[in-house]
Amino acid sequence: MIRTDRIFGVVVILVALAFIASAYNLPAGNMFDKLGPKVFPIIVGIGMAASAAAMIVRPDAEPDWPAMKSLAALVFATVVMIAYAYMLRPFGFLVPTAIVAAILSYQIDPKPARAALIGVGLSAGLYVVFKYALGLGLVALPRALMG
Amino acid sequence: MELLSNLALGFGVALTPLTLTLAVIGCFLGTIIGALPGLGPSNGVAILIPITFSLGLDATAALVLLTSVYYGAMYGGRISSILLNIPGDEPAMMTTLDGYPMAKAGRAGDALVISGVASFVGALLATIALAMVAPYLARIAYKFGPAEYFALYALAFATLGGMASNNQAKAALASFIGLAIALIGLDNNSGFYRFTGGNLHLADGIDFLVAIVGLFAVSEVFVFIETHGKSSAVGVKLGKVTIPWAEMWSTRWTMLRSSAVGFIAGVLPGAGASLGSFMTYMMEKGIAGDKGGFGTGVAKGVAAPEAGNNAAAGGALVPMLTLGVPGSGTTAVLLAVLMTLNITPGPTLFADRPEVVWGLIASLLIANFVLLAMNVPMVKIFVKILTVPPAVLLPGVTMVSFVGIYSLSGSYFDLVLMIVFGVMGYVFRKMDIPTVPVILGILLGYQMENNLRHAMTLSDGDWTYLFSSPIAAVLWIAAATGFIAPMFLRGLLKRPPTPESAIED
Repeated sequence: MIRTDRIFGVVVILVALAFIASAYNLPAGNMFDKLGPKVFPIIVGIGMAASAAAMIVRPDAEPDWPAMKSLAALVFATVVMIAYAYMLRPFGFLVPTAIVAAILSYQIDPKPARAALIGVGLSAGLYVVFKYALGLGLVALPRALMG
Repeated sequence: MELLSNLALGFGVALTPLTLTLAVIGCFLGTIIGALPGLGPSNGVAILIPITFSLGLDATAALVLLTSVYYGAMYGGRISSILLNIPGDEPAMMTTLDGYPMAKAGRAGDALVISGVASFVGALLATIALAMVAPYLARIAYKFGPAEYFALYALAFATLGGMASNNQAKAALASFIGLAIALIGLDNNSGFYRFTGGNLHLADGIDFLVAIVGLFAVSEVFVFIETHGKSSAVGVKLGKVTIPWAEMWSTRWTMLRSSAVGFIAGVLPGAGASLGSFMTYMMEKGIAGDKGGFGTGVAKGVAAPEAGNNAAAGGALVPMLTLGVPGSGTTAVLLAVLMTLNITPGPTLFADRPEVVWGLIASLLIANFVLLAMNVPMVKIFVKILTVPPAVLLPGVTMVSFVGIYSLSGSYFDLVLMIVFGVMGYVFRKMDIPTVPVILGILLGYQMENNLRHAMTLSDGDWTYLFSSPIAAVLWIAAATGFIAPMFLRGLLKRPPTPESAIED
C-alpha cells in the first residue's frame, strides 16, 4: 500500500537533491571563510534526505485525510485567498475583504445570510480599526473610483 | 543589591503612561486570545507582530505589548478549559481534567478564581526567578564561542524536536526544512545568492514573520473549515463569582511546589509550558494519592497545572533572553519579535541594552497584577467573549493576518507565500510533522551557519574543534540525550492526546 509518508518522503528527497546540487555549484571557501557558502547547505540537504529516507522506511499510520468534499472546500479556500492577495492592491480593501471573509465564514458554518453579514461587518469593522485606531495606510476602494 | 538597582531601572522604563497602557491592552487581548479555542499564545502573538511593527512603537514598547499578550494568553487558556472542556491552548489541557468536572458541579466560578490565583502565583514567582537567574546565566554565556553556540543550537533543535513529535524522523525533517528555508537569499559573507531560482522576490530571503503567520494562523482556518468549527461555546453560563478563601488557602503548597517545578521545566530547552503543566499535575496527583480525588473536580487539580504552566512560561524566557535560544514555540515567536526589533538576545543583551531586559522584566511584573485583576473580578467579560462563533473569529483572524503582512511589505508575493505556509502548516499537522522546529530553523538558520563557518575558520577546517571544549561536549551529549530519550520515555510517559485545535505552546 502506498502511504502519505512514503510519497512525501520521495518528494522531499528529490527537493533535497536539487538543493544539494544547487549548493554544489556555489564557490568553495577561502582562508577567511573556510567553509564558504556551500558546505552548510549541503549538510542541511543531506539531513533532509536522511530524515525523509527514515520516513520512507518506517512510515506512520495513514493520516486522517478529509473526504473529497472537504478537500475540495479546502482547495477552494486556498484559491480564494490567493485571489484575495492579488486583488488587495487594485480593488482596495473593503470589497475584496467583505467577499473573502463571507466565503470563509460560509465555509466554516454554511448559513448564507449570516455569512454575508459577517463578511460586510468584518470588512467595515477591521477597516475602521486599522485605518483610524492603528493608522495603517489602507486604500478603501478601487483606485479608479478614488480618482 | 544589584538586583534591586536593576529592577529600579526596569520600573523606570516600564512605569510610563504609554507602556502601562500597552501592558493593559496586551493583557486584555492576550486573555481573549488564550481563552478562544483555536487561538493560543503562539498564533495569537504571531498575528499581532506585523501590526505592532506597522504602528512604529519603539523596542521596549513593542516588547511590553507582545509579552503582555503572551502572559495574558497563558492566563486565558484556562477559561475555556474549565467552561467548555476544550483547552484554549495546549498548556491548558491538564486544567480540563479537574476544571470541567468542577464547572459541571456548578462550581465554575470557584475553579476560575482558584486557577486565576494559581496562574498569578506561578507567573509572579517565575518572573522573580527569571530576574535572579538570568543575569548569572548571561555571565556563563559569555564563555560561549562559535563552537559552543553551534552545539547549543543543535541542542535546541534536538530537544524541541524530540518533544514535539511522536516520530523523531519527522521532527528532524521539520528542523532541516526550516534551516533550508533560512538559507534562501543573499549570503552576507560571500555575496552570492543562494536557492532563489533567479526570483527577485526571494533575493532578500523569506521573512520569518510571513512563515510564522502562515504556519500558525492561516493553517488554523483550514482546520476549522474541515471540522466546521465544532467547538462553539454558545450557551455557556456562569453564576455569581465569589472568592473561596478557605479552599484557596488549602492549595498554597500545591501552588508553590508547582511553580518551582514549572519554572524548571520552562528553563529546559524544548520542554515548555505543556510539559510544565503535565508534570505538576502528575506530581500533585501522586502526592495527594487516591484520597485526593484528582480528576473528579478538586481545587488542587486546577491549581497545580495553572501554576505550573504559567511558571514555565516565565522560565522559558530565561534561555530565550540569555542565550537567544527559545525553549518553546511561543518563545520562538517572541525571539522573532526581538529579531525584528534588531535586538540580538544573548549575554551581550544584558550588558548593552539593560533598559530592554529590565524594562521587560518590570513590565512582566506589572502585567501579572493587571492580569490578576482581569482574571478574577472581571472574568465574566471574557466568558462573554468566549461565545464568539468560529464563523466570525476565523475569517477575522485571516483578514488580520493578511493586513498585517501586507502592511509590512506591501507585496502580494509575501501574501501568497503566507498562504503557501498556511497550506504547509495544515498538511504538516495532518501528517504529525511538528511546525515549531520549522520556525526555529528559519529563525536560527543564519546564526547557526555563521557560527559553524566562524568555528571552522578558527580551527582551520578541523571538525573536531566543534566538540573540543567541555561546554560544547556537554551540550552535544545533552542534545543527543534530548533527541533519543523521548523515544524510550514515550512508552512510559504517555502524553495525553492533543486536541486538533491546539498548537504546541
